[in-house]
Amino acid sequence: MIPETGHFALILALVVALVQSSVPLVGVRRGDVALMRTAVTGALAQFVFVSLAFALLVAAYVQSDFSVVNVYENSHTAKPLVYKITGVWGNHEGSLVLWILILTLFGALVALFGGNLPERLRATVLAVQSWVAVAFLLFVLFTSNPFLRLDPAPAEGRDLNPILQDIGLAIHPPLLYAGYVGFSIAFSFAVAALILGRIDAAWARWVRPWTLLAWMFLTVGISIGSYWAYYELGWGGWWFWDPVENASFMPWLLGTALLHSAIVMEKREALKVWTILLAILTFSLSLLGTFLVRSGVLTSVHAFATDPTRGLVILIILLVFTGGALALFAMRMQTLRQGGLFAPISREGSLVFNNLILTAACGVVLVGTLYPLALEAINGEKISVGAPFFNATFGPLMLPLLLAVPFGPMLAWKRGDLYASTQRLFAAIVLAAVGGLAILWWQEGAPVLAVIGVTLALWLMAGAAAEISFRVKLFRAPLPESFRRAVNLPRSAWGTALAHAGVGITVLGVVTVTAFETEDIRVMNPGDSAEAAGYTVTFDGAAPHLGPNYRDIVGHFVIRKDGVIVGEADPAKRVYIASGQPTTEAGIITRGFSQVYVTLGDPQQDGGFAVTIYYKPLVTLIWLGTIVMFIAGAISLSDRRLRVGAPKRARATKASKTDPVPAE
Amino acid sequence: MSALAAATRATVLALVVALAAPLAVTPSLGALTPQELLDDPALEERARQISAGLRCLVCQNQSIDDSNAPLARDLRLLVRERLLAGDSDEDVIAFVVARYGEYVLLSPRFGLNTLILWGAPVAFLLLGGLIALAVFRRKSADVATAKPLSDDEKARLSKLLQDDQ
Repeated sequence: MIPETGHFALILALVVALVQSSVPLVGVRRGDVALMRTAVTGALAQFVFVSLAFALLVAAYVQSDFSVVNVYENSHTAKPLVYKITGVWGNHEGSLVLWILILTLFGALVALFGGNLPERLRATVLAVQSWVAVAFLLFVLFTSNPFLRLDPAPAEGRDLNPILQDIGLAIHPPLLYAGYVGFSIAFSFAVAALILGRIDAAWARWVRPWTLLAWMFLTVGISIGSYWAYYELGWGGWWFWDPVENASFMPWLLGTALLHSAIVMEKREALKVWTILLAILTFSLSLLGTFLVRSGVLTSVHAFATDPTRGLVILIILLVFTGGALALFAMRMQTLRQGGLFAPISREGSLVFNNLILTAACGVVLVGTLYPLALEAINGEKISVGAPFFNATFGPLMLPLLLAVPFGPMLAWKRGDLYASTQRLFAAIVLAAVGGLAILWWQEGAPVLAVIGVTLALWLMAGAAAEISFRVKLFRAPLPESFRRAVNLPRSAWGTALAHAGVGITVLGVVTVTAFETEDIRVMNPGDSAEAAGYTVTFDGAAPHLGPNYRDIVGHFVIRKDGVIVGEADPAKRVYIASGQPTTEAGIITRGFSQVYVTLGDPQQDGGFAVTIYYKPLVTLIWLGTIVMFIAGAISLSDRRLRVGAPKRARATKASKTDPVPAE
Repeated sequence: MSALAAATRATVLALVVALAAPLAVTPSLGALTPQELLDDPALEERARQISAGLRCLVCQNQSIDDSNAPLARDLRLLVRERLLAGDSDEDVIAFVVARYGEYVLLSPRFGLNTLILWGAPVAFLLLGGLIALAVFRRKSADVATAKPLSDDEKARLSKLLQDDQ
């Protein structure tokens, strides 16, 4: 009964979605508030039904109900409970239900917390959101039903891919989906605004918190995926420019651009055309990512089981939504030309520069990802576009942007003074330069790029600090005065500075680990020691061990610094019994922000083992930086003026705040 | 659509397993084994650099330096063999490409067929820059040539404003 109830709940969700995608629009047309409000009830009901379906699918997994094909194919009785649950979204059908769950969750959130939106806008946004839900519910019900039955039910399941049996699967996909499916709200707002023909600063104010929320989740979602790959794959790589990684990175790049352009639209009524376009394109890239992962058109290190018909359906969804939205956009574009004026050197100008670079970078990633496919379709030539290409193009593109970041918040709206801004950033410039020189002194013959990178990272962090200290008049006013200003500073200003510092932290981690990582590949016999960046790694031996659904050989290593034990590592070679598939478990010791990373390789004839020892300086900063960005987003989101439930006319009260410092 | 189908088939052949995360299908563990290392550290460093740019042909999207597939190992050994024989880096890469085709290069060579690929960064920047410039220009032009509203326009404006209410 459970699977049938789940199936039925999905059908009910579809029915609700169909109503929600039409009735509120009739209400908008007739000016009938009661009809418009059905969107709110609909959004909540949709979320309840999809949640129910999802919960029932989880129940089927927990009970190991192998009469359900999806459970049989992806689960096993011996699997620990947590992986039975997370296995729900470790496959195409289940993850699609999660996808829809998050889509409807965002709809429900707008229904619940969108009380400040004009009735017509809220109804239209929810109707558009529901169009997307209809498309994906039809997709799941007709091509990817997770509740299909199997008769007779097998006694045992085929188990989940072993690499997915990790805590990473529990958190990475939900966060990632919350991010890129979350951008659907920005899309729905854009399409709703185009339908209603009202696009103004208030629109940007309403859409920003939702965009920020999605962006925060996408940031940590990508980051956790990166850390998962780092510890699970066994050679300590953390970004591979894999097509599927690119698929989640492209919406992030455009979403970041959208966050910034929406500021200009809100404050200055400029860049309207562009902001609407970005909102449409960001979610289109999310759909493109969904297509790439699930259609199998790209060879990727990670893709869902492939079925061309499914790919085709998503392609049609992608084309209909993107094409439709862009057509609507083209029709309305002429009506939204005007906007505030500004000089190239100004806050607006710096945000335009941000958008220029981020969009170009996104374009490069898009072209690089799809190029092999396009070329093969045109003339049958097979080429590869991998990490070396992206490193050579993406890196140089980002350099000028990172260099410009600290200037942005220092420039005034309309017309900025670059010279004065440089003066205000003088301390940050000195600090970054000293840091760069210190690297040269500390690591003689350090690669030029490393010196530039470290300087840039310090510049970003010091620049963020300089911005705050300028705003609170640190050392230019009495300390209590600065403290009072710091308390009164809008939270979004803190958020901006912190997010920019977070970028600097990530850059610092990326640069140091790329330039100064050490690697030692050797054969070690029990009792042998090896040196890695001042640490002594001693191999005590390896022993077989039996887990719940796997067998492994676990090595034991003791790490000492100056003769004192600082940590122990137990890297393992593991074989999953059901599938016979091998995996590796790295042994990682974190010291400060750096890590010693040990992997155990094949046993050798003389009783030793192949062992690889890496020293990864400041590697954890890569991910810590993204957590800082997440916190920065949360702080911004808590800003009274951005808060979703904030009063409609918050703008009017802004003038009463005597703070002469421009917000954001 | 045929290329799409072909690519799909190739993917299936390449054993794509259901995965939701940035992970390899066949996890590679310290692909490089101690026995493969060259005694000369400078030569070994060159081998690593070259390996990072060569694709493991049977893997999804890994360099031969990252993969533990047997074919990747064979290629690594081949690279080292050629280096020991005194080949320059370019010679080694040319040798591998002659055997396995352009597909083996993770960063494709600049040429007519990759013009759009390599030109993309510059093209996007130029295009975006031109649009931004045009917008700035038009805006300053708007200010320079701004005239007071004619009576006709005023009438239209008040009509529009009334419509809006």
